[in-house]
Amino acid sequence: MSTATERDAVTIGDAQAGPTGSTPSSRKRVGSRLREGRAAWILALPFLLLFLVFTVWPVFQSLFMSFTDTKAKDLRTPFAVAFVGVENYTRALTDETFLRAARNTAYFVVVGVPLTLTLGLAAAVALDRGITKFRSAFRLGFYTPVVTSIVAVAVVWQFLLQQDFGLINTVLGWFGIPGPNWLGDPNWSMPALIMMASWRNFGTSMIIFLAGLQAVPWALHEAAAIDGASAWQRFRFITIPLLRPIILFVSVITMIGYLQFFEEPFVMTNGGPLDSTISMSMYTYKQFGFGNYGYAASLSYLIFVVIAIVTAIQFRLLRENQ
Amino acid sequence: MNSIQAKGKWWLYLLLTIAVIAVAAPFIWMVLGSLKPTTELRQTPPTWWPQNPSLDNYTQLFSRLSFGTYFANSTIVAVVVTAGNLLFCSMLGYALAMLNFRGKNVVFVAVLATLMIPGVVTFVPLFVLVANAGLVDTLPGLVLPFLVAPFGVFLMRQFILGLPRDLLDAGRVDGAGELRIFARIILPLCGPALATLGILTFLGSWNNFLWPLVVAQTEKTYTLPVALALYSKGQNSTNYGLLLAGATVVVIPILLLFVAFQRKVIEGIATTGIK
Repeated sequence: MSTATERDAVTIGDAQAGPTGSTPSSRKRVGSRLREGRAAWILALPFLLLFLVFTVWPVFQSLFMSFTDTKAKDLRTPFAVAFVGVENYTRALTDETFLRAARNTAYFVVVGVPLTLTLGLAAAVALDRGITKFRSAFRLGFYTPVVTSIVAVAVVWQFLLQQDFGLINTVLGWFGIPGPNWLGDPNWSMPALIMMASWRNFGTSMIIFLAGLQAVPWALHEAAAIDGASAWQRFRFITIPLLRPIILFVSVITMIGYLQFFEEPFVMTNGGPLDSTISMSMYTYKQFGFGNYGYAASLSYLIFVVIAIVTAIQFRLLRENQ
Repeated sequence: MNSIQAKGKWWLYLLLTIAVIAVAAPFIWMVLGSLKPTTELRQTPPTWWPQNPSLDNYTQLFSRLSFGTYFANSTIVAVVVTAGNLLFCSMLGYALAMLNFRGKNVVFVAVLATLMIPGVVTFVPLFVLVANAGLVDTLPGLVLPFLVAPFGVFLMRQFILGLPRDLLDAGRVDGAGELRIFARIILPLCGPALATLGILTFLGSWNNFLWPLVVAQTEKTYTLPVALALYSKGQNSTNYGLLLAGATVVVIPILLLFVAFQRKVIEGIATTGIK
């Protein structure tokens, strides 16, 4: 009985004195702090256990494996393998197919990211100030492809891109343009994948840009308009500079996604024709499939390093901006 | 209305309508195509409306192929993964937002540091781990690595930071234990954040591909995207009608879910930028 009343008194005292006040019952407060700490760890434990086993451990294990010649047959004895130093990495940098995959991935990112962002920004600006009705219906329509499975979308686009009976070449034909053999021609296969990825992903950048545009003070636009600035000038000299941090942010998350593109070539081209669409992730998966676990781990780390560098550059650019 | 406020320019509506049709066209064509036989799908020029619409492709999908099993697998995996993330991420998110404990900063920074780690970096050792645990080609093997994700912790922590701390003190005054305060006072107030996290996690799990492709090795554990991708490359690769029906089965449930919860999804994307 007495402990219960004491505890009540302590907590009430706590509330009145606040965290910095000293009360005679500080020993009891140490007790409640211990209780709080214990409860916090109980709450944190399930997450942390799963997180350690399935995220932290594999990150380090992957790094370890990348310096070994681990093969599929070493599955049961992941530590009884030969240490080969940086051999996997030097092999990657002289592996013609991997270098081809790296160039393809760079092509996908360098063309795909600006295209996706431009579409997203155009849609966001049009929806933000251009129209007054049906705004959320258009937003819903543009965002829909983002939530759908890339595999399903890739299966559908495979047919849309057919040379003879595909919908895209049929539409091009209405305007007298003879459509190429998109997925069969090494020069057109990558543009086809980029077109599909931009179609699927611009909705994400549109949503983030829309949120950013709401923070652009409309008074600035009004003042500039009174001074005779055209809509384009206001977009160029007011909207773009104020959106800069958001443009950087969106380009980084889009880039991180595009650096890992995998499903599109896996389903649509199998990396071909003539390796024109094989990506770094897909080549890593293929090496894993051949049982070259050590080599696959080193390739995955190279992708990781590229992503880390891109993210670091983004943070630097953001800091300089502030 | 001032001079530069939009009054709804008709040409912009026209342009946006054309754009929305272009964005939706592949899905409409997919659904219409799934009702056509392959011979019709190979016609030049292509037809838009099916000449003799039929559900044959769907019948085949669920009788000759086991799309019922794949559908069940995808659903079970997504539901369990979502439940795990809702529970475990909100627990840690609450501890990080409202409680003081030794090692709090270390935990926070460690979770933060892994936010950007892509799945392709960990799948090789993860496969070794899961294989040695005997979980290859099982549903637990598909679920376990995704039961928790750093993203959920950030979402929940941010939300709980916005709740008044007085709730905690009020609960303590009433003599409620720490875990009871979380379960009975904090969690019921987290509805909006849990809804956002739940729908985003479910979408991510339903569409997840690389890991199920690696772990699911026979038809009994295939998820829908894995089955669809493998059929599109295998002996059914020329059966266009069947593949379009398969794609429809993958896409339509998620579209319905998205339309029902679209406000939550869009809020989540706008605040975190991660899908």
